[in-house]
Amino acid sequence: MKGMIAIYRREMGSYFVSPIAYVVVGLFLLICGWFFFRILTFMVQQSVTAQMRSMQFGAPPAMDVPGLVLSNFFGVVSTIILFLLPMLTMGIYAEERKRGTMELLMTSPLTEFQIVFGKFLAALSLFLVMLAPTLIYQMIMASYAEPAIPWRVVWSGYLGLVLLGSVLVALGAFISSLTESQIIAGVVTFAVFLLLWVLDVGSRDSSSTWSDIVQYLSILHHYDDFSRGVIDTANVIFYVTLAGLSVFLTQRSLDSMRWRRA
Amino acid sequence: MIEVDHLTKSYGEKIAVNDISFTVGRGEILGFLGPNGAGKTTTMRILTGYLPATRGSARIAGFDVFEQSLEVRSRIGYLPETPPLYPDMSVRAYLEFVARIKGVSGADVEKRAERAMEMANLQDRRTDLIKRLSRGYKQRVGIAQAIVHNPDVVILDEPTVGLDPKQIIEVRNLIKGLAGEHTIILSTHILPEASQTCDRVVIINRGRIAAVDTPENLTTQLKGAERVQIEVRGEEDALRDALELTEVTKVDVAPMDGSDHLKAIIESESGTDIRGKLAAAVVGKGLELLELKSINLSLEDIFLQLTTEEAGAAHEAAAAQAQG
Repeated sequence: MKGMIAIYRREMGSYFVSPIAYVVVGLFLLICGWFFFRILTFMVQQSVTAQMRSMQFGAPPAMDVPGLVLSNFFGVVSTIILFLLPMLTMGIYAEERKRGTMELLMTSPLTEFQIVFGKFLAALSLFLVMLAPTLIYQMIMASYAEPAIPWRVVWSGYLGLVLLGSVLVALGAFISSLTESQIIAGVVTFAVFLLLWVLDVGSRDSSSTWSDIVQYLSILHHYDDFSRGVIDTANVIFYVTLAGLSVFLTQRSLDSMRWRRA
Repeated sequence: MIEVDHLTKSYGEKIAVNDISFTVGRGEILGFLGPNGAGKTTTMRILTGYLPATRGSARIAGFDVFEQSLEVRSRIGYLPETPPLYPDMSVRAYLEFVARIKGVSGADVEKRAERAMEMANLQDRRTDLIKRLSRGYKQRVGIAQAIVHNPDVVILDEPTVGLDPKQIIEVRNLIKGLAGEHTIILSTHILPEASQTCDRVVIINRGRIAAVDTPENLTTQLKGAERVQIEVRGEEDALRDALELTEVTKVDVAPMDGSDHLKAIIESESGTDIRGKLAAAVVGKGLELLELKSINLSLEDIFLQLTTEEAGAAHEAAAAQAQG
């Protein structure tokens, strides 16, 4: 446990002395802010139009603007992190291997699990730090929303993002453990995440047995329920299992370094 | 303290370490000497628990390096060939981190880091970022990192490589200062280093141990003989006859490449000068004496002799050394 805390602390420290964390977090907030603003103005405009139409024709009830903003916003954020997280995870092991510090860690009285989980928790914490400021948007919206903002959707959406984030972080870390080159790790992680995204987009419209299978495997698909305020244990288990599997594979990958290193 | 027993490590077909055995006593400094690629680093990596051995076993402080790896790892400090440093950390933060992962208890972490900085003479650099340090200081941080948790065994892989002469002397003194309290294994391919710092030397070549002894013994043992090299044209039998002199202890005759000349290296007891007698004997047998010179064996020659597989090649190299 003590060893894991030491790893975690060093890792967190290294994030905040290198520019990469600031760049990624800054970029993320910039993009999220822009999208939130666009979605919000679009929805408000739509609701105004709908209201005018209902005055003319006396038809459907008012739109749930906050609810629509939230589900759209969460959809966008889940896609954004797919493209930004590789930048955070690419160096986790590749950098250590290149510097030779992996040898220090592996000759210290630490188990592979302590190393892997310490690093995973640190990367996940950074992701939380990155995500936290976006809560301000919801608070701002909540103070003006009519009808009231559905907080249940907010919390389930964020829970989903944390779960999705932990899968992506664990997967990115695993890929990073396979190579000594940060660039290769980054590119491969990006490619894998892109593939996940394409799978999801591609399987959405068609309906065959294959597309159902692909859709089930798509990690973004499991996020849809969260963004609508539904916490399904099946989805939670899907994400936790996937993150756990990635952590386990990383452990094996570290162990295999002992056997293949020439 | 360290017992290595028939250790073998192979990577597929390639055998990096072949059946080596040796022991190191408590407080001893053992030098690991060998050309690059001889298997020094591999042996050290096995001892530190970084690599598993293919066959054989090694025990440190009574613990098996593979079966009880965590026990072993908490008792050793290891400096790999490139110091494992985090460039963005300060010296003190780095040493405290290493102390923590090596299992030093929270209350002692600061004290141990401070002590390691003292021993490695780093006190005036404690808040400097590692990336701003010079090569020599980085090496010292590497050594400090290996001793920060006060381990029983310190393993240093080429600790003086890439340092300037002044820094080399500092590092050697630092290592000598560690002996007694710690058991030390250090590897090097520089002979004077081994002879100056180590109590005992293991010469390793192509994965095998070529010799184990104190540096003094190794030197005297091989310096014990006077050696003369001659180049002759004539019959080999006649040459051998001519060399049947009382003082001669060992004769090595080989034809020279690309000519009908013979080359012989003649060893005699130390303190004798047989050059005059030798010349007379060779000429007396009707052979043409083309060259005659004495070879002074340096530590480098011993090293080359022990680490070069073919005797002929060794002689060539020794001759080249003598000439150069």
